[in-house]
Amino acid sequence: MLFDLFWSFFKVGLFTFGGGYAMIPLLQAELVERKKWLEEKEIMDYYSIGQCTPGIIAVNVSTFTGYKLAGIKGAVFATLGIVTPSIIIILSIAKTINLFIDNTYMEHAFNGIRIVVIALIFDVIIKMWQKNIKTKIQMLIFIISLLIALWFSASPVWVVIGAAFVGLLLTRK
Amino acid sequence: MMSALFLEFFKIGLFALGGGMVTVPFLFELSDKYSWFSSQELVDMIAIAESSPGPIGVNMATYAGFKTSGILGGLVATFGLVLPSLIIIILIAKVLEKYKDSDFFKRLMYAIHPAVIALILNAGTEIGKLVLINTWAISICILFWGAIHFIKLHPILYIILGGIIGIALKL
Repeated sequence: MLFDLFWSFFKVGLFTFGGGYAMIPLLQAELVERKKWLEEKEIMDYYSIGQCTPGIIAVNVSTFTGYKLAGIKGAVFATLGIVTPSIIIILSIAKTINLFIDNTYMEHAFNGIRIVVIALIFDVIIKMWQKNIKTKIQMLIFIISLLIALWFSASPVWVVIGAAFVGLLLTRK
Repeated sequence: MMSALFLEFFKIGLFALGGGMVTVPFLFELSDKYSWFSSQELVDMIAIAESSPGPIGVNMATYAGFKTSGILGGLVATFGLVLPSLIIIILIAKVLEKYKDSDFFKRLMYAIHPAVIALILNAGTEIGKLVLINTWAISICILFWGAIHFIKLHPILYIILGGIIGIALKL
């Protein structure tokens, strides 16, 4: 189990290009659909909490998932899994890094990959939308959050905290 | 030296809230405070961290640590960065185990999920503005989306395919 966890997160780390948001499609495919370790909703929970707790989102989500599946050891192995590809790749190319930045093939490959990452993210957004936004209140929170993020480039932390307050007020019994 | 490196990155892991790029201002501060790396080198680091696989924040830490004191530095900085997350998230996860079925937690997530989806959409749009710059890129993106949506292969395969297509079409 621990090695399985490490390996799944290693794969996610190896193919995450960009920030924490870029790992969501991979997490869903690997942890929800392939391994059936988590429910879709749980990933949303972990991502939501990981976004407003200290640290890199990707690491937070990995630690969370690992802990849920196999306790503290699980948390450590999942976190090791997510950072190991970075460590191996960065340390092995660090000395000759300019060869990679200036390499036109790499540039073309990354441009292609970025397009795919966007397609993957939008697909995940559609799925999340269908499963998580069901009421008018939720629709309202979605629209207001989006406008605040777009117009004021507010920190995600404040958007999440603000939504939490508004939500608790509106769902008061 | 190693303990300073560890401490500085532990601090970043503790105080950087959010995505990988939030580590950048902290690293600029480090370039001022120590002679580990220059701010010019930092600009290169950002380019590398963004274009190699793995979470950007982790890549930044590994590379900055390497610049400072070689392979051991890379390991120490990365370990320092993730340790606060490990501790804090394990504590939160323990609490969550107890309360995840509570009415309060459900109400909280009822409101937070839509906000998080909006934030992901916003991040996707930001990147989209930089990448979907011509009709070529837009059509490829739509084609990929169709494939992703209707033929459910592992995202890794699409990412590899995207790299190959990028090289083949000189994107």
